[in-house]
Amino acid sequence: MCGIISVVDRAGNLMDGSKIKLALSLMDERGSGEGAGYAAYGIYPEHADCYALHVFFDNIIEARAAVEALLRAWGTIVHDEEIPTCDQPNLKKVHTPWRYFFKPDAALMSGSSSSEEEIVTSLVMKVNTTVPGALIYSSGKNVGVFKAAGWPEEVADFYRIQDYRGYIWLAHNRYPTNTRGWWGGAHPFNLLDWSVIHNGEITSYGTNRRYIESFGYRCTMLTDTEVVAYLVDLLARRHGLDEELTVRALAPPFWDEIDAMPEKEQNLNRAIRLAYGSAMMNGPFAIVVATHKGIVGFTDRIKLRPMVAAEKGDRLYISSEEAAIRRMEPDLDRVWMPRAGEPVIGRVY
Amino acid sequence: MNVVVRIDAAELHYTPLNRMVRAAVRDGEKEIVIDNVLGQRFIADGLVGEVVITVNGVPGGDLGMFMRGPMLVVHGNADHAPGNTMDGGTIVIHGSAGDAAAHSMRGGKVFVRDDVGYRGGIHMKEYEEKHPCLVVGGTARSYLGEYMAGGIVLLLRLGETGPFVERGIASGIHGGEVYVRGEVDPGCLAVGAKVLPFEEAHRERIRPLIEEFCRYFGNDPAPLIVADYTRIGPASARPFAGKYTWE
Repeated sequence: MCGIISVVDRAGNLMDGSKIKLALSLMDERGSGEGAGYAAYGIYPEHADCYALHVFFDNIIEARAAVEALLRAWGTIVHDEEIPTCDQPNLKKVHTPWRYFFKPDAALMSGSSSSEEEIVTSLVMKVNTTVPGALIYSSGKNVGVFKAAGWPEEVADFYRIQDYRGYIWLAHNRYPTNTRGWWGGAHPFNLLDWSVIHNGEITSYGTNRRYIESFGYRCTMLTDTEVVAYLVDLLARRHGLDEELTVRALAPPFWDEIDAMPEKEQNLNRAIRLAYGSAMMNGPFAIVVATHKGIVGFTDRIKLRPMVAAEKGDRLYISSEEAAIRRMEPDLDRVWMPRAGEPVIGRVY
Repeated sequence: MNVVVRIDAAELHYTPLNRMVRAAVRDGEKEIVIDNVLGQRFIADGLVGEVVITVNGVPGGDLGMFMRGPMLVVHGNADHAPGNTMDGGTIVIHGSAGDAAAHSMRGGKVFVRDDVGYRGGIHMKEYEEKHPCLVVGGTARSYLGEYMAGGIVLLLRLGETGPFVERGIASGIHGGEVYVRGEVDPGCLAVGAKVLPFEEAHRERIRPLIEEFCRYFGNDPAPLIVADYTRIGPASARPFAGKYTWE
């Protein structure tokens, strides 16, 4: 059991993090105080053209020097600083969160149509697998993840998320079940423009991990949700599938449902299931994926985890509980329970 | 004298809230109104007694779990599993309920004005004089009556025409009955479930439930009483007996 909530303002209006902190804290019972986190889009307008790399350092001497050497080899550090934090009585600061605003040198990675992204992805994988005491957990432009091992309100106050203003917010309260709780294992998970929050467990993690690692991704965060971020990056960014087809590949219709479809649709769905059989996710899940363009929420096909959606004006909300949404916005235009496996999409206009 | 105890639940965690409710019931109060409810789970759980509790707002999950006797009236949507393993009493929801409404209920009644999510009535059971009932005014999602062992699920589908199409209806049912107004897509009936004849005796069985539903929500019972229903029950008392190799 975990708690998730996200909101997108489709007109791009900025919201500070104070309300989503209250909404996530309302679902404290969905977690165990071992992991909570927030992600927001639009928070770094002054460095919107740089990749914002958020890094956990175990120490800021050797680990930091190693990361900075790699970054300087592949591009320019435009600005860097320790992420401001505010000590909380019950939150042990076991890592030092740092951020780099980084411009990769595209000329160093020839033969790719998305050189900058390839450089950043490979740097994330390289640091996370080869630099002891360093973990890059957020690497997109104008987006940032703020997470730690603690309760939702402690983590929010630790990072002072009320000081950030974004047009998309994701928040997650973790109840670790299969692996221990730690800072890197808290959600959201991010790679480039993709951020993921997830309630449930990916029982197909082994299959999905082998599949995704065959494309060069490396799983380092000791928890299943990480593969979702990489699967979405592979399907949506590298293979160019749209949101609906990506969700269909990850949570496809049952074969008997495909059999009952008109021929054209049948062929498409068969092709997706066959091409992406190893990307298909099994087990109970409710997931929200975000990019700078919007959010997509979906659950497993037999609906083993809760998900509620709501709208108010330009804002679309997706959460584990309606009450959490109403903590942010008491007066909603519409509240509904999306069907299992069917995406709820909130696109920025 | 008719004193109503009012509790303001704004910013209140469910533990102190439930303590206040229990104290009021212990003091012999017969009517409690809880205002500004937002996400507090476990409201009135395990509560025993004759009391009417009005919940104004959106409560959290497991409302009325293990409850025996009270009546809960919710003005708002309930979250997951209202009436979870409830033993007796009544829950009336002026709104919708989340997944697993009436989960493992073993006595009493739950009335939902609008819709329920997935797995409504999962593993309801009955024993001697205890016959739990879940009555839903709107519609339900897949796996309605899953693993049902007893009791009645009545789905009125107000405003719906056409057959009821949702996967896995009464999957693994081995006791109790599911009544669905109108037709049910035969392909949606799960393993272990079977359409049974709907006769006058069955109409008489659901008639008091329809009348009670209409009393709460102001609907006209007449057309619902004469309507056609699909009655679904277990194909056998032990649908999965053959799955176990030692038999």
